[in-house]
Amino acid sequence: MRIMLNGETREVAGPTLALALEELGYGGAIVATAVNGTFATAAARPALALKDGDAVEVLAPMQGG
Amino acid sequence: MSFYGVELASRLMLGTSQYPSPAILSEAIRASGAEVVTVALRRESGATLAGQGFWSIIRDLGVRALPNTAGCHSVKEAVTTAHMARELFGTPWIKLEVIGEDDTLQPDLFGLVEAARILTGDGFQVFPYMTEDLFVASKLLEAGCEVLMPWGAPIGSGRGLNNPFGLRTLRAHFPDVPLVIDAGIGLPSHAVQAMELGYDAVLLNTAVAKARDPVMMAKAFAQAIEAGRAAWQADPMEPRDMAAPSTPVIGKALLG
Repeated sequence: MRIMLNGETREVAGPTLALALEELGYGGAIVATAVNGTFATAAARPALALKDGDAVEVLAPMQGG
Repeated sequence: MSFYGVELASRLMLGTSQYPSPAILSEAIRASGAEVVTVALRRESGATLAGQGFWSIIRDLGVRALPNTAGCHSVKEAVTTAHMARELFGTPWIKLEVIGEDDTLQPDLFGLVEAARILTGDGFQVFPYMTEDLFVASKLLEAGCEVLMPWGAPIGSGRGLNNPFGLRTLRAHFPDVPLVIDAGIGLPSHAVQAMELGYDAVLLNTAVAKARDPVMMAKAFAQAIEAGRAAWQADPMEPRDMAAPSTPVIGKALLG
């Protein structure tokens, strides 16, 4: 399926958010996720099925003031 | 000093952005003595995983992270970011920013109060980035905030305290609420002034990160904040318009 990952179009097999994250190189990384603007907790990822056109945000700790 | 029941020895809180290198960031944090540093959430690339390295640096320093909602312009965006931050950093603390105007990065005070109310209801411990407005301060306290963080001047401007009268008034109205000057500090003398006004702490970033020697500047701020706090505790003299000789007149010889 085709999703928007952090604003860029990506092709993923999925079908869940957890599996898509593994596929996209985030396995084991400390990240927080949102799908279509709604927070998706780490606990919810294995059961959260992605669909074509979903906008996925993957955020990590970053420098801030 | 304590924030939400957490006792802190240092009254300097430091941002982690814009340093010349990760090594200088670490050294500046150590030199500052800060026990709380602000952090953000940004998009992570699966190819580089840059955020993972940054987070490991912060964890190794043993400091407490205060995540922010920097760049959020709406209540929904700020609330969602706060929830993501709580999971990511494992803390209920959130430095709540709802930006209302881009030239000054002035907070949207209406959105700020609304977001603060939602987040405290969700169990967050909110550090709201606000102006020195008294009425907004009272609304934020009603919303459940136990710390207030008025700006000194626009973020990154280094202008110091734009409205010392307003900040003094805020301190006088809320003598028991922990107050932190957040943003606008450019020099250690600005931090001294904030502490002399009776503020509990100072949060700054650019003034240290953008100094030619951030580590030395971090030390300078640590010393300034200690000096300003001691001055507040010592209860300074009142200024007056006329001179008053400090050397006694009594006993002066007649020589002329």
